[in-house]
Amino acid sequence: MRQLIPHPLLSGSLVLMWLLLTRFSPGHLVLGSMIALLAGWTVERLTLARPRIRRWQAIPRLAGLVAWDILRSNISVARVLLLGPNHPDYHSGFIELRLTLRDQNALALLAIILAATPGTAWLEYDRESGRLLLHVLDLRSEDDWQVLIRDRYERLLGEIFE
Amino acid sequence: MSAGLILQYALSYAQIALILSIAMTCWRMLRGPRAQDRVLAIDTMYINAMLLFLLIGMGNGNVFFFESALVIAILGFVTTVCAAKFLMRGEVIE
Amino acid sequence: MTHLEALPPLAALLIALLVVCGSSLALLGSVGLVRLRSFYQRIHAPTLCYSYGTFLIILASMAMFSLAEARPVLHEFVIGGFMLITPPISLLMLGRAALRRDRDVKLGHDEVVPPHIPASEAPEGAPRDLTRYGAGPSDEG
Repeated sequence: MRQLIPHPLLSGSLVLMWLLLTRFSPGHLVLGSMIALLAGWTVERLTLARPRIRRWQAIPRLAGLVAWDILRSNISVARVLLLGPNHPDYHSGFIELRLTLRDQNALALLAIILAATPGTAWLEYDRESGRLLLHVLDLRSEDDWQVLIRDRYERLLGEIFE
Repeated sequence: MSAGLILQYALSYAQIALILSIAMTCWRMLRGPRAQDRVLAIDTMYINAMLLFLLIGMGNGNVFFFESALVIAILGFVTTVCAAKFLMRGEVIE
Repeated sequence: MTHLEALPPLAALLIALLVVCGSSLALLGSVGLVRLRSFYQRIHAPTLCYSYGTFLIILASMAMFSLAEARPVLHEFVIGGFMLITPPISLLMLGRAALRRDRDVKLGHDEVVPPHIPASEAPEGAPRDLTRYGAGPSDEG
């Protein structure tokens, strides 16, 4: 089984995408599955770190949290954009954090979350020392970014991946 | 005023808003001042064009605009990644 | 106006609301792209369009075609999934490229960014204080 489907997540999502793009029929199911299997074997040759998901239950909670946070920061960023540049009500700048996560897939997911959230931009991560450079549009919207990211995302991501 | 007419107006508003938005990204692309600003503007323009295609498809009731929107989205992603890679290293293929 | 009039009135109003909100967010993102002063501020503006702007319009499109064709039309999910993954990647690469270019003295940087410290020289304990960076130069000139 492991030999046949080395990357079940990737293959499954490829089959799903194939079926969404075409009208459902048994022929398309077979064709899509063949393409997904081929893609799985190809990726296996690249020897990437295989995502190991320990706790599936935490994924919906993370998704809900991220959707809610993105909505909230959408509103606050929209406010900042309407206020215009040079407004004294907000102050943008760089911050540096220390991350405790070491798992590659968890870090990739954290990067996607932080980059997709308006108001924070992931700039540079140093793997050896675990330092992360962020740019934040409105520094005053949170008191302590280190605590925020550790408590909100790192703990959940650690639960899922480590 | 029927709900269908309101939806028609909403779609027109949305299309005008997106065209305005594309014009603004064009301004930023021509203005710069630096190369990374231009690339960011191109990326935004691609996504706005994709949304515009989706809205035109909704207005016409035609599902096939969806496919061109998908192609635009994929092209935009590849363009931005290549341009960013070029800015970082000075070469696309190392 | 056949297919728009054929929709149920409540659904049509809801779709109109979604479309208006989504396109307004996209417009706002581009306004930010024009108005903000430094590149690192501008990189935040399009995320409005990438996240909920796209999401709302996709939701509206999905609802409209599902109602119009009386079968679930879900292929917009492909764009949704695509937009969930790719814009963060392109923004990430752009941010890194910009940081690298701003640190390069040869390019004549006008933006003050935090310098790179190798891991071996990194101070232990509390992160660096970066409040003096990132005020951003004026865009003019």
